[in-house]
Amino acid sequence: MTDVLIIGGGICGSTVARELSRYELSITVLEKGVDVSSGTSKANSGIVHAGFDAEPGTLKGKLNAKSNAMFDRLAKELDFPFRRSGALVLCFDEADMPKLEELKARGEKNGVEGLTIINRDELLKLEPNISDNAVAALYAPTSGIVCPYEMTMAFAENAVQNGAEFKFNEKAVSVSKDGEIFTVKTESGHEYKSKILINAAGLYADEINNMLSERKLKIQPRKGEYSLFDKAVFGFVNHTIFQLPTKLGKGVLVTPTVEGNMLIGPNAEDVDDKTDVSTTAEGHKEIFEKAELSVKNIPYKQIIKSFSGLRAHESGDDFIIGEAPDCENFINMAGIESPGLSSAPAIALMVVDIIKEKHSLRPKDKFNPCRRPVIRFRDLDNEERDRVIKENPAYGRIVCRCETVTEGEIIDAIHRPLGATTVEGIKRRTRAGLGRCQSGFCSPKLVEILARELGVDITEVRNSVNGSNILIGKDKLIGDIKDEKR
Amino acid sequence: MRSVDVVIVGGGPAGLAAAVSAKKHGADSILMLERDASLGGILNQCIHSGFGLHRFKEELTGPEYADRYIKLVEELNIPYLLNTTVIDITRERKVTAVNSDDGVIEIQAGAIIIAAGCRERPAGAINIFGDRCAGIYTAGTAQKFVNIDGYMPGKKIIILGSGDIGLIMARRMTLEGAKVEAVIEIMPFSSGLNRNIVQCLNDFNIPLYLSHTITSVNGKERLESVVVSEVDKNLKPIKGTEREVECDTLLLSVGLLPENEMSKKADVVLSSITGGAIVNERFETSTPGIFACGNVLHVHDLVDYVSEESEHAAKYAVDFAGGRRYSPSDVEIKAGNGVRYTVPFKMSSKDIEDDLTIRFRVTGRFKDKKIRALINGEPVISRAEPALAPGEMQTVVIRKEKLEEQAEIKDIMVEVAD
Repeated sequence: MTDVLIIGGGICGSTVARELSRYELSITVLEKGVDVSSGTSKANSGIVHAGFDAEPGTLKGKLNAKSNAMFDRLAKELDFPFRRSGALVLCFDEADMPKLEELKARGEKNGVEGLTIINRDELLKLEPNISDNAVAALYAPTSGIVCPYEMTMAFAENAVQNGAEFKFNEKAVSVSKDGEIFTVKTESGHEYKSKILINAAGLYADEINNMLSERKLKIQPRKGEYSLFDKAVFGFVNHTIFQLPTKLGKGVLVTPTVEGNMLIGPNAEDVDDKTDVSTTAEGHKEIFEKAELSVKNIPYKQIIKSFSGLRAHESGDDFIIGEAPDCENFINMAGIESPGLSSAPAIALMVVDIIKEKHSLRPKDKFNPCRRPVIRFRDLDNEERDRVIKENPAYGRIVCRCETVTEGEIIDAIHRPLGATTVEGIKRRTRAGLGRCQSGFCSPKLVEILARELGVDITEVRNSVNGSNILIGKDKLIGDIKDEKR
Repeated sequence: MRSVDVVIVGGGPAGLAAAVSAKKHGADSILMLERDASLGGILNQCIHSGFGLHRFKEELTGPEYADRYIKLVEELNIPYLLNTTVIDITRERKVTAVNSDDGVIEIQAGAIIIAAGCRERPAGAINIFGDRCAGIYTAGTAQKFVNIDGYMPGKKIIILGSGDIGLIMARRMTLEGAKVEAVIEIMPFSSGLNRNIVQCLNDFNIPLYLSHTITSVNGKERLESVVVSEVDKNLKPIKGTEREVECDTLLLSVGLLPENEMSKKADVVLSSITGGAIVNERFETSTPGIFACGNVLHVHDLVDYVSEESEHAAKYAVDFAGGRRYSPSDVEIKAGNGVRYTVPFKMSSKDIEDDLTIRFRVTGRFKDKKIRALINGEPVISRAEPALAPGEMQTVVIRKEKLEEQAEIKDIMVEVAD
């Protein structure tokens, strides 16, 4: 029995777990994946939106700008990469200038600071590769970029440092309330009980909600495809570049990532399957065509990875945050699509406030808001590098040459709170294997280190989900399998 | 900061040959830096034979070929560091490397030889669409798993791309008991060596589908199948030709890319065709005193040529470290009709010390043509070629005497002619 059960270890579950861990509460997070940030939170644009886009009065409009302002402190406390790179919304037609003005006014109503409209000359100074058709832009200096999974990880880890517990491979299959007590049964056969239940189940938030509340929700998976470019194109764009909607519909963005790559995407395609993260030729054609409206001479040869993510779109088109009207102490964090990542820290505070209305929460004396810093070898100067190697020789062994990641960082990623248990887990914590060779060189080494540090056989090492094993057996074992068949 | 005459980045076939040659040409001090735990580079995982036919007139395996040079390095007491990764090179020839024992190492080099090899083009770079699943590896990664680590990545294999590593791996996986369903090649011809097609595919009845590609990969956890489609003349998949093939593993052999991220830090100008440095006949890059050889310069088909080229580069690196300066490269070596690129790209019309060896690749398959080398538009070499293919590197050698007898050299060109 815990005070709070949270279903879902994505950005919502992790931020709210961290904010609740400030209080004397027992907290358990149930995650169906093998790691935090396994769903929508791992594959999105990684933008900390300024907050001009949402309609004033909506939760999106209310929370986004407020949340944006929290990021400098959070990034520092939790040691995740964040940069205020600024954003531009391009206007391609003088006739559309009123729309740009409208967007600016909307942003100001939402509390976004520093919005200005700039002309083509000013735009060219900021973005030399901008399309010849861009006539003006709305400039939003507070917009930022973040690595979504590193951010999620940071919140989750800090929550664990402060006493929260994460359970992986725990897919909630039934949720019920008996008197004041919630019971969550998982696919693995376990049962969890709590006084407060928070629904942060992302794409599955409707299924959880609908088991407890008559106010039904419908989450529509909306797929977005992306292409990621080599760091060699660093500086090709300097800001997150959006488009005013055109005849082609809502545009795509072109943005630097916080790690120095470039990202283009996403399109928006409603799909039936909540696990469909496939990429398609058509989807990529669409994002390329739309990206070309914003910038010219896109260096397509430098693409190193294509991927898709699913947005958790709710038909009401706004976040659904709050206690279900017909189920006390059951709190939804549903329909958290863009600007969901940007708003998550403020959403978490809102949920804490909702709980505070009914429960008195006692602050923890020894809450530590700071995550133990991560050594990122590539960001150190040579003196610091020399020092960390002298302290721990594993930092002198570079495993990933493309991203300059050392064995020391990989071992730390495995043994930190909520450590990596899969190759993907290492990649997302350290960036090993996420560079231009896409782990061609380092994956055998990553597999070997994982097996060694986890104390498992090398064939048990998985890429990501259960069943995604990298190797199937020893060389000669294949012969044995064949013999058996005979 | 230490000072070293000749610093060699990489201890694979190029670095090894350069080290031995630098020593023989009298370098006072040499240091070879290798990121792996042993010398030999990629040769260590190439356990098949076929190496050294030109160089040693014998057929060796990759490790045996490497061993010939490693023995020489040991005999000549050439210093090297293992498990040591170079993280920076500057225009002023300062090299920064790290390892566990020494921490951060800074070296002022008299000359630098970049012999860092190449990497495989990853899946993400070639727009294979479909599911996000395990079971997709580059052929070289699979080769390391199988030949070095002793583990199999799968047992029902499709190979995309008919580069040499893909062909070699088709045979290797078959010998290990896996079923290689097919090798799929988008071009109407293979980019691999003909001998590999015969010995690695034909001998094992592995089909090679030319003008085909993979249009989708399917599988939730591990790969379950791929969709193979025929392509048209513009390499676009033809609708209606899709065929789903069950497999648990997809190996990619879709091209090799010289690894020059480090070179760029030292302002080395790269060719957009080879991905390697633009070098002169002394293998010197656009940054004085920085030399390049082996697969970091351009991707080779045979290691024998890597060794030859690297020995040459080292000779001039030793010269440079000793203070010798050559007159500027004033002659362009042009890739003419049917030729994709040449190495070197330019040369000096003065200070001619050696025969000029030009290596190049042709742009497509040709039958019954000539390879010609021209100085100032006049043919000086004309050689009949019954068959030419892009997979096989070509060489022409213009004799020193021929170069010297020219009153003035304006340009040199290599072409495929009738």
